[in-house]
Amino acid sequence: MLNKYPLWKTLMVAFIVALGALYATPNLYGESPAVQVSGLRGVEADAATLDNIRAHLEASNLSFDSIVLENGQVLTRFKNTEDQLKARDVLDDSLGKKFSVALNLTPNTPDWLAAIGGMPMKLGLDLSGGVSFLMEVNMKEAINKAKTSMVSDFRGDLRNEKIRYRSVKESNNGIVVIFRKVADLDAAESLLEKRYRDLLIKTDDDKLTLTAKMTEQKLKEIRDYALAQNITIIRNRVNELGVAEPLVQRQGKKHIVIELPGVQDTAKAKEILNATATIEFRLVDTEGDLANAINGRIPANSILLRDKDGRPSLLKKRVMLTGDHITDAKSGFDEYSRPQVNISLDSAGGSKMSNGTKSNIGKPMATVFIEYKPTGKRDAEGNIIFEKVQEIISIATIQSRLGKSFRITGAGSPAEAHNLALLLRAGALIAPITIVEERTVGPTLGAENVRLGFEAIMLGFALVFIFMIIYYRAFGVVANLALAANLVLIVGIMSLMPGATLTLPGMAGIVLTVGMAVDANVLIFERIREEIREGKTIQQAIHQGYDAAFSTIIDANITTLIAAVILYAIGTGPVKGFAITLSIGIITSMFTSVIGTRAVVNAIWGGKRLDKLPI
Amino acid sequence: MQILHLKETVNFMSYRKIAMVFSAILMIASIVSLATNKLNFGLDFTGGTLIEVGFEQPADLKIIRQVMTDNGFADAKVQFYGSSRDVVIRLGLREDVKAEMLGNEILALLESGSGQKVDMRRIEYVGASVGDELAEQGGLAMLTALICILMYVAFRFEWRFAVGSVVALFHDVLLTLGLFSILKLEFDLTVLAAILAVIGYSLNDTIVVSDRIRENFRKIRNTEAEEVINISLTQTLSRTFITSITTLLVLAALFFRGGELIHGFATALLFGVFVGTYSSIYVASLVALGLGISREDLIPEVIEKEGADQEAMMP
Repeated sequence: MLNKYPLWKTLMVAFIVALGALYATPNLYGESPAVQVSGLRGVEADAATLDNIRAHLEASNLSFDSIVLENGQVLTRFKNTEDQLKARDVLDDSLGKKFSVALNLTPNTPDWLAAIGGMPMKLGLDLSGGVSFLMEVNMKEAINKAKTSMVSDFRGDLRNEKIRYRSVKESNNGIVVIFRKVADLDAAESLLEKRYRDLLIKTDDDKLTLTAKMTEQKLKEIRDYALAQNITIIRNRVNELGVAEPLVQRQGKKHIVIELPGVQDTAKAKEILNATATIEFRLVDTEGDLANAINGRIPANSILLRDKDGRPSLLKKRVMLTGDHITDAKSGFDEYSRPQVNISLDSAGGSKMSNGTKSNIGKPMATVFIEYKPTGKRDAEGNIIFEKVQEIISIATIQSRLGKSFRITGAGSPAEAHNLALLLRAGALIAPITIVEERTVGPTLGAENVRLGFEAIMLGFALVFIFMIIYYRAFGVVANLALAANLVLIVGIMSLMPGATLTLPGMAGIVLTVGMAVDANVLIFERIREEIREGKTIQQAIHQGYDAAFSTIIDANITTLIAAVILYAIGTGPVKGFAITLSIGIITSMFTSVIGTRAVVNAIWGGKRLDKLPI
Repeated sequence: MQILHLKETVNFMSYRKIAMVFSAILMIASIVSLATNKLNFGLDFTGGTLIEVGFEQPADLKIIRQVMTDNGFADAKVQFYGSSRDVVIRLGLREDVKAEMLGNEILALLESGSGQKVDMRRIEYVGASVGDELAEQGGLAMLTALICILMYVAFRFEWRFAVGSVVALFHDVLLTLGLFSILKLEFDLTVLAAILAVIGYSLNDTIVVSDRIRENFRKIRNTEAEEVINISLTQTLSRTFITSITTLLVLAALFFRGGELIHGFATALLFGVFVGTYSSIYVASLVALGLGISREDLIPEVIEKEGADQEAMMP
């Protein structure tokens, strides 16, 4: 029979729309103000932290809705922002430097919805307020540093093998070594080729030169490493800012995007992002009297430093090695499955380390993390004054004479080892970064944008709604149902899709889809009217109308989708948001306005003997 | 209800000379304006700093300008933004100071200079390299979009339609750019997004018309190509109007209620949809006709119905 859907098809349409509606519901529950406490530098918040927080809040008579421990963070929900702000101050004062306290808005999604993965849409910074930075990694510097360390590595290798050379120099994109004798050149070639497989080595017998060039692969590795290193360092610093749900992400070949929702004090954020850090290795002064030192009588050749828990240690003033010699640091496990950190040094660092440790086997060595934190004050010339903060991050016993690569064991938990590796790498930042773009949206503007976007969607929706009912009567109502289902599906998919954020242009995209989604129905309905005018029976007209319009609708939508996908590929932030809602809208609208309306039309008018159609 | 009830075929093609002259004049005007006025590129493309602040009382631009000049920001452009309490200050790129710190500095200056509590609404800083990259990427995106669409339409229809639709797209984009240039409206990233959406919309329209022309070439025999195009345009006219009306309705909602930030976006789309509707009637089919489209070109397609193998997917 014409115009009858099999039951499964009708059920499928109903099921998909219901599923969309289910995942769209978390957006209706709103959010409540919360305070999020998370550990810094390897410390994790645990049940004890939770009890501690509860005690502090109760002591200051602050009531809260709930307090939970999730993913190493303690989240406390409050009834209003007033309590939230008070609680933040109380916790900031009482918890100390080991924890960061951040304001947050947490969705009030019911547990059963959260359990099936339901959560509200993520709002872009233009709606939630906050700051986003685009930082550029100075790749030229990264490659220069790599060349510099290659020069010293080459020198070391040649000297060790007793191959005589005239000079080792950096050139355009590699290293040039000049020799005195062909024999040396040949020996060097076979040595270096074996040792550095990621270099292209060429020799010139006449000029007695050897040129080593970095392969594309090697250059890419250097760039990727510089980017990855900067990302880890920035993540670490961002955690100290006390921001809930920060985003630090790679973008393209040399950029890093940092999004800090809710941050207003961008000056502080920028200063922290621009801070620099280094690492130093020093021997522990085991002869000096620690008790005396704490009382102010520090031996002349020593300094007194503390670790993150405030435990003091007396260290030798002489620095054994500085962090700029570190080429890599990775955390892993030793043969007894205990966490360890593997450290690689460049060759100059290797020989310094070797000299420094050969007569000190069995003695403890401290790793000191030095950070230059901006104080927020400026000197007479307007430059920011930095405060030098030194902290012992590990003390380990020297087991043997150390060289180019060594390891630190006994770093504690795997998380701590990982963190130590990260800090060690931070000490040798290979490529500086600069802020190339910044966008800050104040909270008032964000809230206003949400309101405006919502109003525009509602108004646009209402206008189209009214127009369709006037113009197509009962069929207009069907089209409007499809439109509503479309809106629900867009919201549902946006909520479900990881990485999809709603932005102001994204809301504009939804508005535009509302206007364009009815197009498919207009095409179909106009066609049905035409077929009726040509004298076809009602059932035939419906069938023909849907049939003939189908390929047109597909073609028309695919071309718009091409434009949307290209927009997604090149756009950033808000514009990407527009491309996302537009793409989702195009796909869902094809479903609702073709298959969806057909289900309704078939159910109401299909397969019956009719003389007139309310179209 | 029906807006258009056309009993007879409208002879669209008889007005083609007028339409051609009309389009030609608008396109030349756009090109001239783009060459002389250029586009008023926004911060996204030029780089620089923009600060939007909200005052509690209506602000006095003169005082703000004075404050800026006194503190060495003589190049600052100070304007109202949407209301008299909202002020936008734009600064060009400068090399002497750390540009990314400028926003906060100016905020402090305004607070002390105006004696009012100033609400920071928005600070944007874009470095020079980013702007250049973006302009390059934007242009590239538009070109890629046009080429992809050209290929798709050529694959689905016929090269004459493809050329026709791309000429129509070019026409729409050029005119929209022209409007922004003549009215000196700010051209930022959201406007670029809107123009890509215009490309999508305009094409949507053109394809519906082309589809009908193809169908009618198969159905109606022994008729001049011109007449077939006229019949097709007449048949699709009410759909073209209705879709334009609904789209314009929602865009009007966006234009009037969407706020200052997407004003440029809404303007570009409103105008683009308007021009797109016109171009799908005149420009695309005129070009196809001019290139000598005829039934023979579409005959191989008659044998197999489009999407016949997709019957199961059909509603």
